[in-house]
Amino acid sequence: MIRVSSINKSFGKNQVLHDIDLTVYEGEVVVIVGPSGSGKSTLLRCVNFLETSESGEIYFEEELVVQKENAINKMRQNVGMVFQHFYLFPHMTVLENIIEGPTQVKKIKKQEAVAFAEELLKKVGLLDKKDFYPAMLSGGQQQRVAIARSLAMRPKLIMFDEPTSALDPELVGDVLNVMKNLAKEGMTMLVVTHEMGFAKEVADRVIFMDEGKIVEEGNPKSFFINPENPRVKDFLGCII
Amino acid sequence: MGYTLGGIYLSYDFSIIYEKFPIFIPAAIETLKISAAAILVGVIFGLIIAFGRLSKIKIIYYISTLYVTIIRGTPIILQLFIVYFGLANIVRLDPFPSAVIAFGAHNAAYIAEIFRGSILSIDKGQMEAARSIGMSNFLAMRRIVLPQAFKRAVPNLGNQFIIAIKDSSLASTIAVGELLLKAQQLGSSNFRFMEYLVLAGIYYLIITGVLSIFVNKLEKRLAVSER
Repeated sequence: MIRVSSINKSFGKNQVLHDIDLTVYEGEVVVIVGPSGSGKSTLLRCVNFLETSESGEIYFEEELVVQKENAINKMRQNVGMVFQHFYLFPHMTVLENIIEGPTQVKKIKKQEAVAFAEELLKKVGLLDKKDFYPAMLSGGQQQRVAIARSLAMRPKLIMFDEPTSALDPELVGDVLNVMKNLAKEGMTMLVVTHEMGFAKEVADRVIFMDEGKIVEEGNPKSFFINPENPRVKDFLGCII
Repeated sequence: MGYTLGGIYLSYDFSIIYEKFPIFIPAAIETLKISAAAILVGVIFGLIIAFGRLSKIKIIYYISTLYVTIIRGTPIILQLFIVYFGLANIVRLDPFPSAVIAFGAHNAAYIAEIFRGSILSIDKGQMEAARSIGMSNFLAMRRIVLPQAFKRAVPNLGNQFIIAIKDSSLASTIAVGELLLKAQQLGSSNFRFMEYLVLAGIYYLIITGVLSIFVNKLEKRLAVSER
């Protein structure tokens, strides 16, 4: 559904992505792991044009996404993103955060948007907090609201950029559960994470990135139990 | 023939402050009118200039930066005189409009920097999150970034309003009937400068005091959604 072809990205003199090719198929859960600075987050951000790559193309549903405002905005309605630091809109309530996209971008009627929003809040277990402001919620709750906010746009793919890295360990589980349920329901997901347990349990494919390159790719079983690449072996050895 | 240090003609009669207090009300209203109008102009143009200062288009950035530099680098009374006296060859403006235009242009430069600062202080992630749900730059600015930026700008804007109240006194130099001119006129006709100046001072204190309280209340109300 998303195809990334020959992506190169540099920040100044520092080349962060080298000729990256990646495809995510419908219904897949693809997890990207790797050391800090390997370019995982940058890759995600290139996919939805939060960063612009120097070369390479992004294809969404087989169509090339041109680097023009209209095309990008349209694609972003279908490709959601959940950030490490949630970035909920602090001047709006939880409910208002979730209906913002549908009402302002898709011009959906408020009643309809609210109904769907409440459904989503039920799904992530936070319906009782719908009139709260983000500042009143814990990190884990805020992240679950952020996921609901993404889901409100009915995206075809959701990207997660280290969604639990900023959370207290106790709160991580709730967020991962929401993500697991999403995967079970067939949502296409591209996840950058350090949560190896999640990758093992939920991923259809695991990708290891190091120094801006994709070093190894495979299904979780072969990846975690029998990695080929020595660099991957080192990395896994440190965490598991 | 010696020198005199000056003489004490009469002693102060501060009861005048109490007696003549109501006489100054129209002048106080004039002061408020000038300040309010100048702030309104300042906020509208200040926002425009702030975007100019944030623009990636070089020519727009340079023009707005030049504007801010000139206004902040020259005395406000000079700017007032340029509008009232200097422009007289092209367009003859009355004192009140001159004051509003000059002070408005002056405030715009300072308010532009206030807005620029508050917009920049909003986490980049807010913009990114807004764009990620498909919002255009314009929509994201209008719905997400600017509302937060305005909230942050309130204390500084309140300050600018108080400064504008005090700056309005400069309009006395071009015969606008505000508080300071009134004080000078009555003071010179009665040889009671101190009393009328103190009276004007009390009016200024009341106005800026009430304004400060109001801004404080506004700040507290807006902070409801923050921790």
